[in-house]
Amino acid sequence: MRMPRLTAFLTATSVIASVLAASAGEVHVLNWKGYGADEPWAVEAFEKATGNKVINDFFNSEQEMLTKIRTNPGLYDVVMINAAFNDQAMAEKLIQPIDVSKLSNYANISPDKASSPMLVHDGKVYGVPWVWGLTALAINEKSFDKPPTSIAEMWNAAHKGRVVIRDDAVEAVQFGAIATGQNINDIKDMEAVKAKLTSLMPQIKTFWSSENDWNQMVASNQIDIGTYWSGSADRAKTHFKLPVSLVIPQEGAVAWLDAFSIPAGSKNVEGAEAFINYMIDPKFYVEWVTKVGAPVSANTKAVEALPEDAFNRKVMGDPEVAKRIQFQAPITDKQREAYLALWQQLKVDVK
Amino acid sequence: MAAQGTSRSGLSSALPLLAPAYLWLTAAIFLPLSAMVFFSFMTDLPLSGKPWAFTLGNYAAFFSQSLYLTLLLASLRLGLEVTLWCVIIGYPAAYVLAKVLKGRSREAIFLLVILPFWSNGLVRIFSWAMVLREGGILDTALNAVLPFKINIDLMYSYPAVIIGLVHSYVPYMVLTCYLTLQAIDDSLIEAGRSLGASRLQVLKRVIIPLSMPGLVAGAALIFVPVVGSFMEPRILGGRTGTFYGTIIEDQFVAVFNWPLGAALSFILLAVVLVILAVASPVLKRAA
Repeated sequence: MRMPRLTAFLTATSVIASVLAASAGEVHVLNWKGYGADEPWAVEAFEKATGNKVINDFFNSEQEMLTKIRTNPGLYDVVMINAAFNDQAMAEKLIQPIDVSKLSNYANISPDKASSPMLVHDGKVYGVPWVWGLTALAINEKSFDKPPTSIAEMWNAAHKGRVVIRDDAVEAVQFGAIATGQNINDIKDMEAVKAKLTSLMPQIKTFWSSENDWNQMVASNQIDIGTYWSGSADRAKTHFKLPVSLVIPQEGAVAWLDAFSIPAGSKNVEGAEAFINYMIDPKFYVEWVTKVGAPVSANTKAVEALPEDAFNRKVMGDPEVAKRIQFQAPITDKQREAYLALWQQLKVDVK
Repeated sequence: MAAQGTSRSGLSSALPLLAPAYLWLTAAIFLPLSAMVFFSFMTDLPLSGKPWAFTLGNYAAFFSQSLYLTLLLASLRLGLEVTLWCVIIGYPAAYVLAKVLKGRSREAIFLLVILPFWSNGLVRIFSWAMVLREGGILDTALNAVLPFKINIDLMYSYPAVIIGLVHSYVPYMVLTCYLTLQAIDDSLIEAGRSLGASRLQVLKRVIIPLSMPGLVAGAALIFVPVVGSFMEPRILGGRTGTFYGTIIEDQFVAVFNWPLGAALSFILLAVVLVILAVASPVLKRAA
């Protein structure tokens, strides 16, 4: 019953979007809402420094982002793409190679991220690494004397009805892969993942979908443990003063890398380069972390600019952690649909 | 024949009055809905810029997995339960409003019924979340009054979904029943009483049959949106909050598979229409 409105809305936005075709001096940015690039103070600082005007547009899923750049060629100048989707965007010729010599901050990007095969194809850079983070566990400190070290804590009967997991098929399946000791990008034994997740279901209180859900449940002491994003756990602790701490289990955690790309047909490549360079600048990053809370910058100089004991520097920069985490690789549409089918089945079975 | 004549001239003079509403409905409802029908037969969205073809696969998907049917049945059950509770709660309230209260007090009570409409649906659902959870308002209040300790944690459960939905939809039942109850001539009730019918008999033989159109209209107004509801189950239902509506929402929002989402929606629409069509003769006879 709500679809007509959705369609009308979509048509309206795409009409408006094509009317507002980019003119020189404007940088059209496509990103998640509330994810750094649309911070008012950042936009203001960038506009003052370069004279470009920033126009933000947002997406709610990676599929929507791809659709927007497919159907609006020439509209966007900068798009934020999860590295696991960069491949697909490049194969469809939606994004163009970036001349990184124009980005003064690019030299400080940590070499393993800058050379990621997900972003560099045939020696050409299709994505500038921006920030990375983990989908790990977080605990309610009130429920633990000392933090757990194993992912098995999620299955501990003591937490029955006080465990949460995100309502996301890919994340759930990859979490199951880690719990069964498999490679998240090459799951050999799907049955084991399914069995493991099936046994987790009775533990679950609810499926969270936003940071706000998680924080509210901790604030009202309704949960003990759950999957959570590293940046969000940091924000919950430092910004909202909640008793939350991140646990990177010994079995490992899912890591993701977000990068900026320039769509093919961008009308303001120069402005786009300036914007990307600003986004990976240490000054912007430190301010973002301090004012709002953020994931870990891919720029080593930016991370070094943080205080010594900052979470993003101390915990996330720990070489022991680096050994345990697995970066998400591209997923085919077929896999995604299979994951969703599995996840929906699990959710129906537990009803 | 005379009646036909008046109705024709009535139509022509009514046209300027009807046109804005129908033009608006055509533009805002009919066209997007037709586009959705079109999408539901496609392999991929034409908006996505990828090649697409016509297919029945999206409808076949419904039958290929038991999960969709299970969820559809769960949603229909939810619709029935919520409608039933709305009747139980809403009908007596409507009766009191129509037949017992008069003047100022009626206006005041009426206002209280309509008041929830003035707040946003999401706000209402989130306030339920504060009331129902462990250590929430209900839990704290009851434990403050009662001499023994009880533990109330209704949040993230099936009853929480029912409570939230009944609260959202009960005003529809009150309003539709109020209109038909108010139209019942009091002298009919008095006649029944004076001919020796008990209060219960008057209720069963006079009031309920005469107010049946309002009950049916209210039930239809509630049942149809509840079957497709997704926001309330998702927020209040927790682990048990997966319903047909939430699965459709996933297709649109999470995986961007509009064709499948559209097909699932039209299957729901068809099922609801069949239910209403089957129920209507029965209900008409009752009325």
